[in-house]
Amino acid sequence: MLTYLARRAALGMLTIWAISLLSFVIIQLPPGDFVTTYIAQLGQTATGSSLEEAQALRRAYGLDRPLLVQYATWISRVARGDLGMSLNWKRPVVDVIGDRIWLTMVVSIAAMVFTWLLALPIGIYSAVRRYTLADHLFTFVGFVGVAVPSFLLALLVMYVGLVIFGADVGGLFSPELAHAPWGWAKFKDLLLHLPLPAAVLALGGTAQLFRIMRANLLDELQKPYVLTARAKGLSEPRLLLKYPVRVALNPFASSIGFLFPQIVSGSVIVSMVLSLPTVGPLLLDALHAQDMFLAGAIVLLLGILTVLGTLISDLVLMWLDPRIRHAGRGSVR
Amino acid sequence: MPQVLSGQGTTPVLSVRDLRTYFFSPEGTTRAVDGVSFDLFERRTLGIVGETGCGKSVTARSILRLIEPPGRIVGGEILLRRGDTLVDLAQLPPNGRLMRSIRGGDIGLVFQEPMTSFSPVHTIGSQIIEAIRLHGRGSRREARDRAIELLRMVGVSRPRERLAEYPWQLSGGLRQRAMIAMALAGDPRVLIADEPTTALDVTTQAQILHLLRSLQSRTGMAIILITHDLGVIAEMADDVVVMYLGNVVERGPVDAIFHAPKHPYTRALLDSIPRLEAPARSKLETIRGGVPHPFNRPTGCPFHPRCARAIDGLCDEREPEPLPLAPGHEVRCHLYGADPIGRARDDRAEGVIVG
Amino acid sequence: MSEGTSQAPPPEARDPRPAGRDGEGRIPFASQRRLIWWRFRRHRLAVAGGAVVLLLYLVALFADFLAYADPSASDGHRSLIPPQGIDLFDEDGFHPHVHPLIGTRDLRTFERVYRRDEGREIPLCFLCRGYEYTLLGIIRTDIHLIGVERGRAEASLAILGTDVQGRDLFSRMVVATRTSLTIGIVGVGISLVLGVALGGISGYHGGVVDLVIQRVIEILRSIPVIPLWLGLAAALPRSWSVIQVYFAITIIISLIGWTELARVVRGRFLALRHEDFIVAAELAGCSPRRIIFVHMVPLVASHIIAATTLALPLMIISETALSFLGLGLRPPAVSWGVLLQQASNIEAIALTPWLILPVIPVVTAVLAFNFLGDGLRDAADPYGI
Repeated sequence: MLTYLARRAALGMLTIWAISLLSFVIIQLPPGDFVTTYIAQLGQTATGSSLEEAQALRRAYGLDRPLLVQYATWISRVARGDLGMSLNWKRPVVDVIGDRIWLTMVVSIAAMVFTWLLALPIGIYSAVRRYTLADHLFTFVGFVGVAVPSFLLALLVMYVGLVIFGADVGGLFSPELAHAPWGWAKFKDLLLHLPLPAAVLALGGTAQLFRIMRANLLDELQKPYVLTARAKGLSEPRLLLKYPVRVALNPFASSIGFLFPQIVSGSVIVSMVLSLPTVGPLLLDALHAQDMFLAGAIVLLLGILTVLGTLISDLVLMWLDPRIRHAGRGSVR
Repeated sequence: MPQVLSGQGTTPVLSVRDLRTYFFSPEGTTRAVDGVSFDLFERRTLGIVGETGCGKSVTARSILRLIEPPGRIVGGEILLRRGDTLVDLAQLPPNGRLMRSIRGGDIGLVFQEPMTSFSPVHTIGSQIIEAIRLHGRGSRREARDRAIELLRMVGVSRPRERLAEYPWQLSGGLRQRAMIAMALAGDPRVLIADEPTTALDVTTQAQILHLLRSLQSRTGMAIILITHDLGVIAEMADDVVVMYLGNVVERGPVDAIFHAPKHPYTRALLDSIPRLEAPARSKLETIRGGVPHPFNRPTGCPFHPRCARAIDGLCDEREPEPLPLAPGHEVRCHLYGADPIGRARDDRAEGVIVG
Repeated sequence: MSEGTSQAPPPEARDPRPAGRDGEGRIPFASQRRLIWWRFRRHRLAVAGGAVVLLLYLVALFADFLAYADPSASDGHRSLIPPQGIDLFDEDGFHPHVHPLIGTRDLRTFERVYRRDEGREIPLCFLCRGYEYTLLGIIRTDIHLIGVERGRAEASLAILGTDVQGRDLFSRMVVATRTSLTIGIVGVGISLVLGVALGGISGYHGGVVDLVIQRVIEILRSIPVIPLWLGLAAALPRSWSVIQVYFAITIIISLIGWTELARVVRGRFLALRHEDFIVAAELAGCSPRRIIFVHMVPLVASHIIAATTLALPLMIISETALSFLGLGLRPPAVSWGVLLQQASNIEAIALTPWLILPVIPVVTAVLAFNFLGDGLRDAADPYGI
């Protein structure tokens, strides 16, 4: 059990390291270092003091040193919570990101919960009532769900919202509360606005997950232990929930490992379409403006939070599957 | 009620009459069980023997109404004696309350795959206790004590600790013992054991068979033992049903089957057992050909393509009806008909013998 | 026992034993390829998907022929024309025509509004002259499927409307098919090489190599890829040409897309690894390369094809997403994503909803590929349930 945990944690660390490396690559990729860009930006209004400031920045981030040293400097700063300066906003990256990273996570987790809540009953229903009209219908909708990328769905939702309700259905808050300090009213407002983007984000995952659940459950329904349980005289609904569904839940739980990154990914684009105050639009702006510190930081933070989410799903899996709990050998894909 | 066909004076616990279970698919209908009849008595073991695919397991599952679509029981009776009344299981709704209480309550089932017959994510204890609580009243604690007692009864060491273990932590033999304990949870009067020893090594096989016999003498239950192993039949069974392609080709007391087999198939089966007393280097007999695919079921007697004594123009055209030879001994073969050519024309519906 | 549990596959599929007596001789023999085809044919959706895919590639191949307006011809006077539609009949029977549009500027909103001139008709013609292009890259011609008699199609036709710069949406969508569908193929090609090579090595060698490759795949799969792509794509120099960006984007997309293919190939290889005939080949002294390519790849080929088909739609979506966000292909390149970029804000959706139309080919293509791939995947294993 500990071995398993340690293994997953080690892999998580490795992933975070890989993400940090990639984020650093993103920061480094544009020609010239960011201070060059900074100076160029300051160009029009350049004063002696700001040029000096830029040079100081360059020294502080060790941009005159070899790449490896730069990476080490950067990562140690990041570890201390210093994500650098946003050139575009001329403020520390941490301030710029602010609440947005948490809102990203709120939206993503809500989408994940939606995915589960939808996929589980639909999957069970489809497997048990195989080849019925409803099953075919779900299967078809599932196909479409996989085929429609979430941002296109968001576009359609916006259009439909506009045509039918005549209102902008985007955003996470009502306009009057968007900049208000956190409080009960704002929280309630968030809960009211959350389901739509969460549902949009959840569709693709639901379609995938429902098919996984259906296939798993169909597999499990063929297993002898189902017959054993039936031969005991267990009633069908109880049997279904206690045995095959329970066993089929395992791959279901591990699916969070690849679904969560997908959802976080999707949230970036969907946020732009639905104008959600998450890091998505911020990232796009940063990238368009070549504000690489901000962009790199966002990529890094998203990566880390995703890894944490995946680790939590591993814990859930461990709690679900005694085989992992006892043997300590990972059977996770 | 159909007449009792046995030398025993008692009435059977379970009689199966002309049971037919078919599987329907777009490609054709598979007559997996096609007119099976037998009687099962208290304290006796009925062995059902036949090659793979002859319908043994489907028979067992039909009795418990565990056949799932596209399979369906299309005819026959499954009469279970409960006290003074007879219940026709074939007429019950398969998932109704009564059928569920019979499953595991009156009739216990042991499967051939001890590996996969337990859920891998529940403890042995939870699965056995569940079976106990389904068929008896009593608190959780009482059920737990009963589970321990059952495990002890089937010879599982350290039963108390085993309850908390998962199936994959047990050896194959232990798992099969636990399986038997679970089947016994509802004090069944009939135990159906479907190839209970096939997946086990020879030593463990012997232990499990011994266990079944001692349990039978202790509880008086009737056992249906399904196997393809004639050795197991010889050792365990009192009565034998020989099946081929969904038909009972011969049934009778174990002695009659082994010492005076009538049906060519039974004989062929017996001839293909290696014998100690056979002269050295003599060739072991095999049955020529293989079991045909259910979709290609031969016309007439299903065994005729492989039968050395098949009569052209009869065996390949008309299906033989069951013929009584002696009390409790019955064969389904044209060779034993009084007038092989003419008499077999009788309709099945007439029920000349036993329908 | 299997009798009770599974629905029976057709007898041919289950029982290809040599013919014996009692009518087993009626069972025909079938090659692996044949079995796959039979199984595939039973999936009606997959067959339909295959047909649509074929059709889409034909459209891509003959895009310029099918388009009637030069996709880059802009005209400020024809900005944002709503879909115009074609009238098929007039008083004289079948006689496809459109009515000319008169554009004026609304003096209050300063938007251009268009009015149909019901009095005049512009007749359509088939196989008539339009802008010049090279068919299939060799034949210079100016014949198009449809056009207008007398005059330029650009100036009078707007079946699905026009964009801000007055470019014809229908023609642009048709021409975009070329880019959107080929970028997938190139991307999948790179993914395929990476996936088969790494998956193959991983599955064949096992041990430490397998462990390392598996961890790399696992890490790549647990990273939210879109932000990463965005970052990489944004870093592409602005000075690059359309072609350079095209290939750079392909590479970025395929760098992530190979993991699924590698997973499939590895799984298959692992399963095959211990089959007797592989061991026999090994004992006979075959080199690992020969074993992988001569003995194993043909057996997993069908699975690889299926996985590739399923990877294509992902590539298409990826390109669309990147271009949609303005970080992928950039104008003057034309792809579905580039077209959708104009519909990325609420004002556009509200005022010019026809600009979302490129969603339809994207979804159609992705759906068709998914159906096809799914059918292929099921058929790849003709002996499975």
